[in-house]
Amino acid sequence: MALDTTFAKKVYPPSPTYEVSREKIAEFATAIGSCDPAHLDQAAARALGHPDVVAPPTFAVIVAQRCEAQYVGDPASGIDFSRVVHGEERFRHHRPIVAGDRLVPTLHIDMVRSAGGHGMVTTRVEISDESGAAVATVTSMLVVRGE
Amino acid sequence: MSESGRPSRPTFDAVQVGDLLPGRDFALLREDLVRYAGASGDLNPIHWNARVATEVGLPDVIAHGMLTMATAARVVTDWCGDPGAVIEYGTRFTSTVPVPDDGVGARVTVSGTVASRDEQARTVRVDLVATCRGERVLGKAQAVVRLP
Repeated sequence: MALDTTFAKKVYPPSPTYEVSREKIAEFATAIGSCDPAHLDQAAARALGHPDVVAPPTFAVIVAQRCEAQYVGDPASGIDFSRVVHGEERFRHHRPIVAGDRLVPTLHIDMVRSAGGHGMVTTRVEISDESGAAVATVTSMLVVRGE
Repeated sequence: MSESGRPSRPTFDAVQVGDLLPGRDFALLREDLVRYAGASGDLNPIHWNARVATEVGLPDVIAHGMLTMATAARVVTDWCGDPGAVIEYGTRFTSTVPVPDDGVGARVTVSGTVASRDEQARTVRVDLVATCRGERVLGKAQAVVRLP
């Protein structure tokens, strides 16, 4: 099934709020093998000027991938997930993510392209706090291999 | 070591273009993939189930690209001393990291170089090279770091 290119430029309604806990930051930091005290110890994080333990640079992928699932998991998108290869990923942090943050992600489909049997999609998740202030932008490019 | 027990953090003024970050070898075992799958919520079976991985044409279970990306970032955060100082980080995924179930797993070698400095923002761009079995697994991996 071909990619439905009419999804390009679609903007989804904001996803439910994601609440960042100290435990989740510690769990994710452990899973990437980082024992930096700023992920685990509030005092160490405060010594660096953060209000609470700080998330690793790629932590926002948890929030982004949940949000992207609205699109990549939608049968109407035409994406065969068994043929998906992750092409590129980019994080822009407008400020660090810390425990206690209440994050509101919004999914944008920037590009959907079908060429030579292969497909390419670029999604962008804009993550803000509940006041609407920008926290992070996560851009992801997926390649859908042809049959 | 500073009072907080950290090695002293590099300052913007002390860092020069061409400086090498301390590189490292990282071992990735099957259990690391399972732990990352659980923590990240990415349960794609190609990262833990060899039957599914080989059915879709992969040589073996492969590491999550995002785990390789996160692992490479540790070279940057360990160097700059503040994981919250990485304001931008991007990469392409150029090759897979097969992780055999042999108790040894995969070895990913990561090095980093200061590629540019922005005087006004007091940030530096670090270019990372990550290889596994002699192949580059990340392409154009770059992190922008704000330094004190």
